[in-house]
Amino acid sequence: MSPRPSRVLLAAGAISAVVACAPLVYLAVRTFDAGLATVLDTLWRQRTAALTVRSLSLAIGVALSCLAIGIPTAWLVARAKLPMRGLWLVLAALPLALPSYVAAFAWVSTFAGFAGFFAAWLVLTSISTPYVVLPVAAVLRRADPALEEVARSLGRSRWRAAAATTLPLTAPAAAAGALLVALYVLSDFGAVSVLRVDVFTRAIFASYRASFDRTGAAVLSLVLVALAFLLVWLEQRTRSRAGSWRVGGGTRREAPLIDLGRWTPLALLWLIVSSAIALGVPAYGLAIRMAEGRRFGIDVPELASATASTVGVAGAGALLATALAIPVGILAARYRTRSTRAIETGAYIGHSLPGVVVGLSLVFLTLTLLPGMYQTVLTLAVAYTVLFMPNAIGSVRTATSQVPPVLEQMARSLGRSPVRAWTDVTARIAWPGVAAGALLVLLTAMKELPATLMLRPTGLDTLATELWTRTEIASYSQAAPFAVALVLLAALPAFLVSRTMGGQASGGHE
Amino acid sequence: MSKSRTPRLRTLALLASATLVLGLTAACGSDGNAAAEGDKSITVYSGRSEELVKPIFEAFTQQTGIAVQARYGDSAELAAQLIEEGDKTPADVFLSQDAGALGAVSKEGALGALPAGAIESVPAKYRAADASWVGVTGRARAIAYDGKTIKASDVPTSVLEFTKPQYKNQVAIAPTNASFQAFITALRLTEGEDAAKKWLQDMKANGVKSYEKNALILDAVDKGQINFGLINNYYWYQKAAEVGEEKMRAQISFTEPGDAGSLVNVAGAGVLKDSITDADSLAFVEYLLSEQTQKLFVEKTKEYPLVAGVAPVAGLAPLSTLKGPDVDLADLADLAATLELLQEVGLT
Repeated sequence: MSPRPSRVLLAAGAISAVVACAPLVYLAVRTFDAGLATVLDTLWRQRTAALTVRSLSLAIGVALSCLAIGIPTAWLVARAKLPMRGLWLVLAALPLALPSYVAAFAWVSTFAGFAGFFAAWLVLTSISTPYVVLPVAAVLRRADPALEEVARSLGRSRWRAAAATTLPLTAPAAAAGALLVALYVLSDFGAVSVLRVDVFTRAIFASYRASFDRTGAAVLSLVLVALAFLLVWLEQRTRSRAGSWRVGGGTRREAPLIDLGRWTPLALLWLIVSSAIALGVPAYGLAIRMAEGRRFGIDVPELASATASTVGVAGAGALLATALAIPVGILAARYRTRSTRAIETGAYIGHSLPGVVVGLSLVFLTLTLLPGMYQTVLTLAVAYTVLFMPNAIGSVRTATSQVPPVLEQMARSLGRSPVRAWTDVTARIAWPGVAAGALLVLLTAMKELPATLMLRPTGLDTLATELWTRTEIASYSQAAPFAVALVLLAALPAFLVSRTMGGQASGGHE
Repeated sequence: MSKSRTPRLRTLALLASATLVLGLTAACGSDGNAAAEGDKSITVYSGRSEELVKPIFEAFTQQTGIAVQARYGDSAELAAQLIEEGDKTPADVFLSQDAGALGAVSKEGALGALPAGAIESVPAKYRAADASWVGVTGRARAIAYDGKTIKASDVPTSVLEFTKPQYKNQVAIAPTNASFQAFITALRLTEGEDAAKKWLQDMKANGVKSYEKNALILDAVDKGQINFGLINNYYWYQKAAEVGEEKMRAQISFTEPGDAGSLVNVAGAGVLKDSITDADSLAFVEYLLSEQTQKLFVEKTKEYPLVAGVAPVAGLAPLSTLKGPDVDLADLADLAATLELLQEVGLT
């Protein structure tokens, strides 16, 4: 591993981090506008302390429960000999397709009076667990069984051998997944608003909605940013220094599947119950609404054009986000200097901000800097990049860290430029991970609402905005076809992610 | 290492660039500048839903030849966006769901003064004193009750009565809903801060049930899940039109004159400062206040027409008979204190 990254790579990474931190400029402007007294007044309110505690508890609580549920699930889908193996992996990935507001609403309409902290924790855990399952399953599939065998040959039991060898290998992926979950929970507005939990995003929205108070909202957003720094810092501390590539003679074997014997029914029950909670309840809720909405009919042309726009804008966002995530992912995988850490931290910050804040930041920044770009797909793509780039960074980082840097160094010594060496060697091996990252951004961007409402070209409707328009009216039933279309559309990349991340056994030495 | 990955990478790159091009082409549809004057095109930021106002925009275009570029969003978020955009806004007209959002944009000096002739058909009570915005339709707060278990004569005539023990666990509210918050603001103005706070505390102690939206409250009352709900009147008429009035288990009732429980609030429109001399934008506002459009709104939303001489939908108590609280709509704009009160009491 070379100790210092090249200047080009550092510059590219720095650009990504600057893009992701763009909202901070806006927040700083709005905060300084107000003067110190107002800022301190907002900060020292008792409510701010309560919001901090509640938001952090929810973020960390959901992240921990995603780990507790996600790691066993990942192990089962990756390593256990189960009937219908492929199905369980897909089911474990599918909750990614559910927008939090759709899931939360389905729960509320199925169980009257479902609300509060515990409700939000349950719904957010159920839809976020795939962020842990997929990367951990990917690592488990690629992990070299030889390690475990060595441990067993030294007299460890099967479980202790796994705990000593394979489990630590999954830690970086699990921690990265948990970080994504925690930051996402901080930024989520859909579930907490439907389930009425008073956290930062809700206070920020209320600040805009009720008192049109941009300063208060900006100050609260900055507190949210501080919480995000704290979480990123925590995650960076848990990450081990070791890469997970291997060199040496011979070919890595596929890990043999483990027969669970009499534990098989229990394993199946675990997978069935977790899928039923994450997918069954929302599916039931949507089906009921679909049935109620039949009398309205389905506006097919509108549905089709909204679907096309959704793919277009989310696709543009996914491309831009992935392009910017690649240098950050490489830096994070290969180097550990202060500047690379700063870049990675910066790139993660936008993920913790609610869409309305990112939206208003870009309203301000584009009109100040590039008025011609205002309300174009490009601005929207930048917003998606700010919000969702971390989804791709984690995948790029994990995929890159599994390619021995020796290979790239060899290509360089044979006269290839750094960029060529990367595209010819590392990218060829790591591309499934990069593609999975792009798909993750694609499907989250499809579900995004507040920034899309503000920044889309006037007249352009996505499935999410159509869905929102219809829930504004008295009847929720008319929204159901758009909710179903959105979930089905997002299910496609979710399915592909499960194939590329969970199913690919490539990597290492080929 | 196999060579077979190169074509796959290339296909991926090709697909990727195709998507980007597709996305960028879609971007070319819009231009960022406010419409030039008299160019037969206006940009409207609409806080009212597409479902509701799109047919009205289309009729306007058909009648006048002026194209409407509509941008839909939440009224308050659009207000924040308009304030953030400032002079560079592409918008000509702001159509808002409530007076509060219009008041906020007006306070920032972003709205121009509408000509008196265009807005005088609307009672002064329902438009801005500085003519920066005008109400288009009105809605009243009302009590929905379960007609199967509650006799019409037993429905309280003041919301203040709901704190009594016989209504324990029987009342539904939507504390995050803007209309409910406007009602609390009116309650603060008419009864005083302490009384409003005590009412909220007593309601909470009396087991008031919180819902996310007015429509959900009405659904719950109609299913017999709860006896009373505080909602906007037009939800009832909309639902009745959907399922048939005779099938409605929920019924509607208004409070006695002066009670905050029958507050009348408006949805309205304002023209952005730079477009105030634009004949197209003014024609649009006039169109909203024309008799035919007022009738369209009334039929579709069951809201009150605000222009004198237009009759409300059959069965609706006339606006003039609703003696809601005596408050200035402009005073409802600042909700900060109401929000703080709701948080303090713990109803969020």
